[in-house]
Parts: sequence; C-alpha cells; structure tokens
Amino acid sequence: MCGTCGCGETGAVKIRKPGEEIHEHEHEHEHDHGGHTHNHPHTHHHHHHEHHTDDDHHHSHHAHDHHHADHEHSHGMEIQLEQDILQKNNLLAERNRGFFEARNILALNMVSSPGSGKTTILEKTIKKLKDVLPLFIIEGDQQTMNDAQRIEDAGAPVVQVNTGSGCHLDSDMVNKAVRKLEPATDSIVLIENVGNLVCPSMFDLGENFRVVIMSVTEGDDKPLKYPNMFETSDLCIINKTDLLPYVDFDVEKAKEYARKVNHHLDFFEVSAKTGEGIEAWMEWLKKKHQELKA
Amino acid sequence: MHELSIAMNIIDIVEAEKAKNNAEKIQSIELEVGNLSGVVMEALKFAFDEALKSSSFNDAKIIYQEVKGIAECSACGHRFKTEDYVTPCPECMHPYSDIIQGKDMRIKSIVIE
Repeated sequence: MCGTCGCGETGAVKIRKPGEEIHEHEHEHEHDHGGHTHNHPHTHHHHHHEHHTDDDHHHSHHAHDHHHADHEHSHGMEIQLEQDILQKNNLLAERNRGFFEARNILALNMVSSPGSGKTTILEKTIKKLKDVLPLFIIEGDQQTMNDAQRIEDAGAPVVQVNTGSGCHLDSDMVNKAVRKLEPATDSIVLIENVGNLVCPSMFDLGENFRVVIMSVTEGDDKPLKYPNMFETSDLCIINKTDLLPYVDFDVEKAKEYARKVNHHLDFFEVSAKTGEGIEAWMEWLKKKHQELKA
Repeated sequence: MHELSIAMNIIDIVEAEKAKNNAEKIQSIELEVGNLSGVVMEALKFAFDEALKSSSFNDAKIIYQEVKGIAECSACGHRFKTEDYVTPCPECMHPYSDIIQGKDMRIKSIVIE
C-alpha cells in the first residue's frame, strides 16, 4: 500500500521531464533470468511494515480470561508525543521553503478541481512573462505527460510528477521534482497540483503562496462546499470569465462565500482564453517576487 | 482518501517511537483530531483499522479525542465554538472570523511496554 495516499502501489510516483523515458521503481527487484539472478537496489521511501497473516489477527477481547496465578501485569509507560501527524511532510516542506528562500525564488502552489483551467493560465502566464522573469513549472497529475508537453511548448522548463493513483502532491515529491528542475536563482516556480479540491489542502509543499482557482462553469458555492482549500489559500483566481454571459455563476456571491471561509483572500478575475485579467495577475506575481528581496 | 495517508503517517511515527524506546508492544495510541482539520473522523477510523494490519502493533487500542473548533471574530474579537468555517459571530453577527483551534491533528501520547 502506498504511504503517500494509501491508494496505490508503492513506487508508482514518476518524476520526469518531457521526452524522458524513465523507469523509476522504488522497489528492490530480484529477477531470475533463467539461471542468473540480479538485484536492483533502489531508494526506498516507504517503510516496510511487518505483514501479518490473517492468523495473526486474533484480537482477544477477553483480556481477563487468563489466570491470575503469577500476576505478571506489565504496566505500560506513557510517552507524551504531542506530535503533528503531518510533521514529516511539514519538515520537508520547510526544507523546500529554505531552498526557495536561499535562491530568491517565489514558489506558488496552484490548486483547483480538475478542468478549472490551471494549465491554460500557466501557458498564458509563461508566454507573456518568460522574457521578464524566468518561470519554472512542476506539473502534478495522476497520469500522462500531456500538461508538461503543453508547458514546454509554451516555453518554460518543466518537470512532470505523475502521482499514479495518488490524489495530491506532497513535499517529498516536490523536493525531488525541484532537484530535477534546477530552477534558476531569482525565478518563479509554479507548482500545478493534482486537480482535487480536497486532499492537496492538507499538504504544505513549501510554497510562499497558495493559489486556488475556480472557474465560472463550476458552482459559485464551491468555497462553501470545499472550505478547507479556500481556508488555506492566499489568493483566489476566478477563471473563464468570458463564459459569464452563458452561465449562472454570480462572481460577487462566489467572492462573498470565499471571504466567509477566509477573509484574507485576494481575488483576480481572469479569462485565460481571451487573456482578460491576466495582466493584473502577472503584476501581482512581479510584485510578490520583488517583495522577496525586501 | 487522504485519511489512509494520514493513518499511514501515524503508523510510521509510532513505529519509530517503538523502535527508539525498544518497546515490545504498543498498548495504546491517543490521537487528537480537530474537527476542522480536514479529516473525517469516521473515514480515519475506517482507514486506521486497515492500516493497523500492516503495523507491528495491530492490537493497540486507539483513543480518538475530537478537538472542537474555536473561531475568533475579526470584528469584535469574541471567541466562539464552531463546527465550520462560515458561522457568523454570535455576539456581533460579523461574517468573518479566523479559526484559532481545531485545525490540528496530533498524536498526543502512546503507551508502550
């Protein structure tokens, strides 16, 4: 079982650049090729737990049917841990944050449901901004190199993280992706998370800001339905505004719902397709990047 | 399904503590789960039952403590219990508040032997 998300095979995460064919299993394989045996030791992330067979699972609920002849009660010792359950992820996220800070890199974690237009926003941003500010992209998807290809075509260096059946990026995947990406000093790293409005909210990647994107083809009550994501974000982009005449989405209502969840949120209304509003978002990026130096 | 991921994290932490203390057995694990942590308690319990089977302490007793959410009104500063992010302040009816308790998930303690 996968320790990342609990819903896949171990080692299913693939991290690569477009055009790169890799086979990155994080297992130790022992193949027997008709006579010779060889062993490929690879790095392990996953802890190997002792596997018990079903026979080991006789939970005895009759704790007191043993004989009290010898009174050998071993009393347990309590250890106060007070440990955050996501500490492992959070520690690595802090290391990522340190890496970004040391290189004066602005890192953003972009989250949304699938199909809200994250990749199109990135494409537009890259095309308009790449000559002014170097942009580096990490693409998170369960499968395919499609988005990485689109980003590369738009003109930015990119690393794709395929999470397999995993439903979010974590700080370990981003750490590995950043090493591969080698972002320049004084640049911006945009991390496009897996399209999912639930799970990514819990996983700090080491970003400076979290940007949640919603599109007008979704319900304007998304912030109420998925409050955790809006509560943990710093900025909200409302995309596909060119479609407003054709849908029932009420922009002001959506903003008010989002503010009820998180009154610190800033908003941008954009149409990644027509380019409307993209200018303001790019100005925000430049400003935040400038502020890093201050 | 991030509850299973959370459960696996808990198991990793407890396995490490168990090894560190040369414990033979984990009697119990006490968890504190904020009701605004983004984890559904029932889903966590279900996931944990499964995840425990792959641990070395599958008969450990799990004690779940729910931590109630507390919000602070951004207008009048009044603190009030809440189960969601959008409850207006009961004192001044202001719609905006900040959550000051209930977002964390912690392993409070373990009992080893």
